[in-house]
Amino acid sequence: MRSPAANAWETGPWTARIRAGLGGTARRAGHLPGSESSGRDGARVVLTRRRIFILPTRQGLVFAGMLLLMLIGATNYQLSLGFALTFLLGAMGMVSILHAFRTLAGLEVSVGKTAPAFAGEAVTFGIDLTNRSPRPRLSVALSHPGSPTVHCDLPPGQTRTLTVSMTATRRGWLRLQRLTVHTRYPLGLFRAWAPVELKLQCLVYPRPEDIRLPPPAALHPMEGGRDLLGAGEDFAGLRDYRPGDSPRHIAWKAAAQERGTLTKQFSGNAAEEVWLDWERLAGLDTEARLSRLARWVLECDVLGIPYGLRLPGATRPPALTPEHRRACLKALALFGLGDPVRPDPPPRP
Amino acid sequence: MSAASPLESRPTQRQSAWLLLTLGLAVAPHLPRLPLWMCAFVLMLGLWRWYLAFTGGPLPPRLLLFAFAAAGVAGTALHYGTLFGPSGGVALFIVLVALKLLESRTVRDAVLLAFLGYFLVITVFLYDQSIPMAVYAAAPVLGLTALLAAFAHGAGDPGLGTPFRTAAALLAQALPVMAILFLFFPRLPQPLWGVPHEAAEGVSGLSDTMAPGDLSRLSLSDAVAFRVDFQGEAPPPSRLYWRGPVLTRFDGRVWSMSLSSGPGPGALEPLDAGVTYTVTLEPHQRRWLFALDLPGRGPEKTLLTPDYQLVAQAPVRSRTRYTATSHLRYRAEPGFSGEAAERALELPSGGNPRARALALTWKRELGNPAAIVQRALQFFRAEGFFYTLRPPLLGAEPVDDFLFNTRRGFCEHYASSFVFLMRAAGVPARVVTGYQGGELNPLGGYLIVRQADAHAWAEVWLEPSGWTRVDPTAAVAPERVERGLALAAASGEPLPVLMRPGGGWLRQMRLAWDALANGWNQWVLGYGGERQRKLLSRIGFASPDWRSMAALLLAGTGALIGMLAAGLLWRMGERRPEPAQRLYRRFCRRLARRGLARRPGEGPRDYADRVAAARPELAAQVQAISQLYIALRYGAEGDPRQLKRLRILVGSFRA
Repeated sequence: MRSPAANAWETGPWTARIRAGLGGTARRAGHLPGSESSGRDGARVVLTRRRIFILPTRQGLVFAGMLLLMLIGATNYQLSLGFALTFLLGAMGMVSILHAFRTLAGLEVSVGKTAPAFAGEAVTFGIDLTNRSPRPRLSVALSHPGSPTVHCDLPPGQTRTLTVSMTATRRGWLRLQRLTVHTRYPLGLFRAWAPVELKLQCLVYPRPEDIRLPPPAALHPMEGGRDLLGAGEDFAGLRDYRPGDSPRHIAWKAAAQERGTLTKQFSGNAAEEVWLDWERLAGLDTEARLSRLARWVLECDVLGIPYGLRLPGATRPPALTPEHRRACLKALALFGLGDPVRPDPPPRP
Repeated sequence: MSAASPLESRPTQRQSAWLLLTLGLAVAPHLPRLPLWMCAFVLMLGLWRWYLAFTGGPLPPRLLLFAFAAAGVAGTALHYGTLFGPSGGVALFIVLVALKLLESRTVRDAVLLAFLGYFLVITVFLYDQSIPMAVYAAAPVLGLTALLAAFAHGAGDPGLGTPFRTAAALLAQALPVMAILFLFFPRLPQPLWGVPHEAAEGVSGLSDTMAPGDLSRLSLSDAVAFRVDFQGEAPPPSRLYWRGPVLTRFDGRVWSMSLSSGPGPGALEPLDAGVTYTVTLEPHQRRWLFALDLPGRGPEKTLLTPDYQLVAQAPVRSRTRYTATSHLRYRAEPGFSGEAAERALELPSGGNPRARALALTWKRELGNPAAIVQRALQFFRAEGFFYTLRPPLLGAEPVDDFLFNTRRGFCEHYASSFVFLMRAAGVPARVVTGYQGGELNPLGGYLIVRQADAHAWAEVWLEPSGWTRVDPTAAVAPERVERGLALAAASGEPLPVLMRPGGGWLRQMRLAWDALANGWNQWVLGYGGERQRKLLSRIGFASPDWRSMAALLLAGTGALIGMLAAGLLWRMGERRPEPAQRLYRRFCRRLARRGLARRPGEGPRDYADRVAAARPELAAQVQAISQLYIALRYGAEGDPRQLKRLRILVGSFRA
């Protein structure tokens, strides 16, 4: 346990700066023994005794059956060493329950990094497992519905990030479902598990429309409608690939050279503005409109054309920054889903 | 989900190799008992699996495995005549495990094989429960447990080091619980079902007949026949006659037991208080037990025959403990007559004429049976008889041949010819076989009697003392009776190793080992229902039954598991302070000792300022340490050089 003094200091006058600087300090904050979760609401869970369940596995039942046979044999043939071996294995099974329990007891599960995704893509949730104890925890597994089980070993005092993924089917907030932290270590005879509810949600942007219609350049009749997708713009440089970028703009040459996945950016001749307007897409249904708007946001961002977004009840003036892109996509993601401001605190970046 | 569960994945090559090796360890003690073809069969299947594990080749088709299985089962049935019972059953089990190897693909299969491996270990104990075997068995058990740990480890191949440490820890923590279970798990006095008796191979010991050469063959074996714990002082060696089969019938060459035995033991008038002792008899597959000459009272469920043999209800097939009381001075069957007396005088109608003639001369000259006995012993003493473990072969008239030609013999020659002479002279006599003497183990305070101590002597019926023991061997080689076989035998005689005299520390070592083996036999292997009840009554249960045992069992196991849980879970919820934090706390403790304790809620910077104000001479150091600490704990992630500096600063800081 950290001393009270250290705790007090953590919340002292200059803590805010530290938190801001590190981002992870909240996770280091002390917790009271027996408390089930602390830190920000539902962002961290410590596995206490009451949360952990243990039951024999099928192998454990087979093992028990074998012990019974051994016991009968030892009784019948009056084998003292047979009794000794049977009891040793039985006792070992019992002790393995404690070990399985110990692997999970006091384990800290907290939310890790999660990046927004587009509908139809896999959303990856990062989950941090932290071992605060002086002993290693071996073979801790994490399961989430629809995601393959992942395992890790946790040396003393260390944190490992495991990821679970879900396919985002529709836009809006995608909540992490109930996680199961479990282990079959040390012998596979028993499985200890603990259900964990973390408040972690991920923003899912509308799926960008597949067909690439040019954005409404008609706002600028002087230009006569630029072919946004055609040649003619100047290559302006490379930036990191973001989900939703058009494959046509991926710098394949760079990828082949293993420089990572990069997206080519182009700059138009003029820094004209584009307004992406909900009203102009009349005739399409809501989701189709949002899809197209999302595609346009991405296209404009890639091409380097400042864009503004006009939605019923929300207008974002033209800009060309990552924050603007995020804000626009978020507005599209949450459009019509009730309160556009999320009710829960946002996930940490 | 397409991702396979860990149980469906393949074991790594290392795990496969390890599994095969451990199963090999578990099956190895069985191999000398198996027929050669079966060893070859099992070994071939194991090597084949090994090869497949390393080449990644496909497992053999099912049809081929069926053919192998049929061949294996048929071979086992043909060789043992049965597929059940220890020998046939174990052989079949080994064959099937070997076949299972070639059918195992996944981790799930491998786990099942590991379980079967535990079972193989327990079958070894059917044949050998000695200390070395118990020590040996620990190896496959540890190996199999480590494998289970490796298979339960989900995060990739954990190697072998971690699973081994886990397995060792688990087994070590399981030991105390095992001890409680071993002590208090209620034992049944009888087997659950009839155990088929199998002919024990190579068991040496006395038989119910005696021909010249039988006992001298036994004298080559240093196997333990039984061990004896005396209540009080052990009698001197010359009184230690362990009575076994009494042989009354003689066909001219072979002595054998009398078939007709009367009702109940013969009359016995004890002339002393008696010696009580406990014998732990090694299994010898015969019904008789051994008791000091003469047993007055046997244990329960045994029988005393008219010729004072102690006989069990069933052949002794496992190590047996019994307590008996014997009288060293006695009058046995003083009123002895009729049919029994006639049997003790019977001789074949012809043969050995010279011996008969000699006996008749004595009878004519002396008349008195006691004098005849003395005359015969005098004959053995004076006529150049020689005691040897390697007597020459005797001809068609063995008694004559021995008495008048070879004159070199072992105890059975002396006893046999003496009884012949007595009967021919009209003195009722019989041969008694058993053991004589024994080696006192000062470390355990008990007597070890070996097969080489086998002996034969005579009993004659005299007025008024009744049956009286006469040992003609003692007339020829008194040391044999006084000090044992080793000192009686001439140098160059083929004595078994453990019977040879002297030996210094080597002798001490083997006595220590025997004491250990005896303790093991008594307290581990011999721990059953009876000892369990004794233990319970010793710790205060007036009438121990299964309920008190169950209570003890639950309480003991619960307490141990609870203690273990406390030990294991202790500090698990605790967080380990980071190194910088530990160093900083040490620094704070040093200051606290000088009355400058850090106040609750006081940050390191405020604290440093306060200390610097109170002790200006320390200001520089304190500020340096505090700043380093703040940088380490709240700055960019760990710079090892800064940590090292902090360590040096705190280490050299003296308040």
